[in-house]
Amino acid sequence: MSAVLVVAEHDGQTLHAGVARAVSCGLAIEADRLDVAVLGQDCGGVARQAARIEGVTRVLCLDRSENAKPVAAIRAPQLAALAADGYSHVLGPSTTFGKDLMPRVAALLGVPQVSDIMSVEGDRRFKRPIYAGNAVLTVETPAEHIVVGTARLASWPVAGEDGEAAIEQAQTDVELPEHTSWLELKSAETERPDLQSASVVVSGGRALGSGENFSLLYDLADRLGAAVGASRAAVDAGYVSNDMQVGQTGKIIAPDLYFAIGISGAIQHLTGIKDAGVIVAINKDPEAPIFEVADIGLVGDLFAIVPEIQAAVEDS
Amino acid sequence: MRKILVTLKRVVDSNVRVRVKPDGSGMAVEGLKMSVNPFDEIALEEALRMRERGEAGEVLAVTIGGDECQQQLRTGLAMGADRALLVRCEGEVQPLAAAGILLEVIRREEPDIVIMGKQAIDDDCNQTGQMVATLWGRPQATFASEVKLNGDTARVIREVDAGLETLEVQLPAVITTDLRLNEPRYIKLPDIMKARSKPLETLSADDLVPAAPPALTALSYEPPAQRQKGVVVDDVPALMGMLRERGLVS
Repeated sequence: MSAVLVVAEHDGQTLHAGVARAVSCGLAIEADRLDVAVLGQDCGGVARQAARIEGVTRVLCLDRSENAKPVAAIRAPQLAALAADGYSHVLGPSTTFGKDLMPRVAALLGVPQVSDIMSVEGDRRFKRPIYAGNAVLTVETPAEHIVVGTARLASWPVAGEDGEAAIEQAQTDVELPEHTSWLELKSAETERPDLQSASVVVSGGRALGSGENFSLLYDLADRLGAAVGASRAAVDAGYVSNDMQVGQTGKIIAPDLYFAIGISGAIQHLTGIKDAGVIVAINKDPEAPIFEVADIGLVGDLFAIVPEIQAAVEDS
Repeated sequence: MRKILVTLKRVVDSNVRVRVKPDGSGMAVEGLKMSVNPFDEIALEEALRMRERGEAGEVLAVTIGGDECQQQLRTGLAMGADRALLVRCEGEVQPLAAAGILLEVIRREEPDIVIMGKQAIDDDCNQTGQMVATLWGRPQATFASEVKLNGDTARVIREVDAGLETLEVQLPAVITTDLRLNEPRYIKLPDIMKARSKPLETLSADDLVPAAPPALTALSYEPPAQRQKGVVVDDVPALMGMLRERGLVS
């Protein structure tokens, strides 16, 4: 009998949008049941959100003060204990949260991890990208061992939200380490949608020339209700913060509409956007590799074109 | 004085585009330029800076693989590592196996800090540092963009999706590096000469870890689905027209 456990990411109040995508990945395994584990403190609200995801059998709450913050070393032993109790698969989202936590769970269980699952080919067979997306590898996990993996969120749709899963309190009898203290999280204050779940994303590259010039993109994004991203080159140049980075070493995203503005289109960037619905590229170099993957290209000066697009959106 | 262990992985250079072999049996890497995994260079740079600030005594560079990996260890020695250790091993080494081998190295060397790249740019797994910390029973601070040492603790700023998170971990601990932790130094010619006389020890992985842990089996490799090249439009009205046609903007 197979059973999938999906680890919920949340900030104490809100369930991360990626959990409903990781659930889709879990459902593709066609297990007998799929449970969601919510580790937190007073996380009933998060549990109720998880219970609404379609396809979820049960939501298991591990409510304790040590779980107030997402410290991998503290959560992993609890998850490993929970997973070892009757689950065939444990999945997390392939976000910084899941990437930090799941290898710890795998190591505690003594099994390898399948990172960035993009498709399920069987209950032990998965596809995942390697070499910055230059290849897709099909792997098989060892028989008789629990499967630990992370779901590449851009590969999975958001599961429906008409579910009515039961919510249960769970307990694990494991010793938790005290060697790690969570001190603070500094978030960029933004009213814009989250980069990983936004339906429209406007990204800028080195051609923006400065952090100040990114205001052009912020203005357009606000007009479009879009999130703002950046290429690694723009991050490396110090124009914007790293949490905006899209690509192999940043975020992998799949918006319906993606604007690549002043981005040449290095393979490392393209790997982060190849599941986008429509890619619009604006670049002054007609030979830029971004035009090889863009659905709609426009060659020219971004400093003239972006305000023109914004005006066109405002007119409508 | 603190001892720092840094891991260096030999990978295809980040500027080289790697393709799948025509028969799908693997990647065509023969003859390609090989380098130190870029995140591992950042790890070594951070360790060297700690030593230069007087926060650490010795910096040890470790890799796992065939004799060809001596090249990457020599690069590490030229950058400034004090000594190097090659754990000789045939074939592919997956993260869990690498972590098991590194644990044995850690037991021998007893470092205060292990600094590793957050991921290797070949398999893109992003697992080994976390697995080392777990097997070792020690804290981890992954995706670091700033590390400050203070007595027997490290305060680490981490690059997470939501912004910058700060953890304080007790040493010994594993730290994995993100891109903005530092900019690795360039190697100068005299450093390459000097590196030749630095100690490079070799061990056998089979001696350290007699039984390999469970592993993934690679079944096939394929090129990614290609996006079709689209159209180039002449101006903004044409662009907006197409986006409206598809219902993407109002």
